[in-house]
Amino acid sequence: MKGEIAIYILVATLVTYAIRVLPLTLIRKPIQNTFIKSFLYYVPYITLAVMTFPAIVEATQSPIAGYIALVIGIVASWFGLGLFPVACICCVVVFVAEFLLV
Amino acid sequence: MKISDNTKAYFDGLRDGTPIGLGYFAVAFSLGIVAQKAGLTATQGFVASFLNMASAGEYALFTSIISGATYVEVAIATLIINARYLLMSCSLSQKFSQDTPYFHRFFVGFGITDEIFGISIAQKGMLNPRYTYGALTVAMPLWALGTSFGIIAGNSLPIRIVSAFSVALYGMFLAIIVPPAKQSVTILVAVIISFVSSLAFAKLPYISNLSAGTRIIVLIIVISAVFAMLKPIKDNEIEVQK
Repeated sequence: MKGEIAIYILVATLVTYAIRVLPLTLIRKPIQNTFIKSFLYYVPYITLAVMTFPAIVEATQSPIAGYIALVIGIVASWFGLGLFPVACICCVVVFVAEFLLV
Repeated sequence: MKISDNTKAYFDGLRDGTPIGLGYFAVAFSLGIVAQKAGLTATQGFVASFLNMASAGEYALFTSIISGATYVEVAIATLIINARYLLMSCSLSQKFSQDTPYFHRFFVGFGITDEIFGISIAQKGMLNPRYTYGALTVAMPLWALGTSFGIIAGNSLPIRIVSAFSVALYGMFLAIIVPPAKQSVTILVAVIISFVSSLAFAKLPYISNLSAGTRIIVLIIVISAVFAMLKPIKDNEIEVQK
C-alpha cells in the first residue's frame, strides 16, 4: 500500500506532538518506574544503531563503500570527533571509494 | 534603560539556540537526502521538519514512505522512536512555575528535542518559556530549511555526490552512539547486538519480508526491553543526550 505523503506527515506530527505535550500538560510528577525509565534510556541508542546498520551499506551505490564509511565513521567517533566532522569524513570516504570502485 | 526579564530570557534563548540551529541545518540537510528518495518536495520536507523536529523520528517516517508502510506502522514507529520525549516532557513539567500561564505548556512541549530540552532544563530555577521560544526561533527554521536544501540537492546534484551525501546522516548517528558506547560497556553491547540483529532481520527468510518500519519497531522494543530488565539504570544515569 502506498499512501499519501501529506497523511504520512500528519500522522507522524500528531503522534509526536501528543508524546511531547501530554506529559507536560497532564503529568505533574516524574516517572518512578525503573523499567520504564530504563527502557526510555536505552531506546535512543538502540534506535540509532538499528537504523544505521545495514542501512548505511544499502544507501551507497557500492556496498563496499558503505562498509568502509561505517568502519571509518566508527573509528572517527571513537576518537571523539563530533557529528559534523564524522558526517563529512563518511561522505568523503564514500565519494573516494566509489570513484575507485564504481 | 532596563530590559525586562522576559526580553532577556528570549535573547538568551536566541543566543543559545544559534549553535544548535547550525548543527540542525547540517543534520536536516542529510535528512533531506533521504526525504528526496521518499519523493517529498522541498515544501513537503519543510513542513514535515517544521512540524516534527525529530531526526530519528523523521528518518523513520521517510523510510516508511519509501517502503510503502501503512499509516498505522508510521504511527507506531513514531511513537516508539520519539518515546524519549515523553520522559523529557515529564521532567520539564517540573520546571514550570505555578505562575506561568498554562498555555505555555502547549508551545514549549512542541519544541522538545534532545538539544532544546537540554538547554531548557539546564536553566537556573523555574523555566521562563520565552527562553525556549528564543532558542526555537532560530533552531526551527534552520531545521526545516536544511531539509528543503537536502531535497533540492538530492534532486539536482550528480549521483556520485548524492551517494556520498547519503551516508552523512549515518555518520552523525555513529557520532551520537559511539562515544557513550566507549564510556559504558552496556551501551557498547547494546549497540553491537542492535547492529547484528538489524542485519539478521534484513537478511533472514520470512523476517526480511516484513517492512523496514516493522522490523525497526520490533528490534527497538525487544532489545530495549531486554536491556531494561537485565541492566536497569540507576537514577544518576539519566543524562541529556546530545
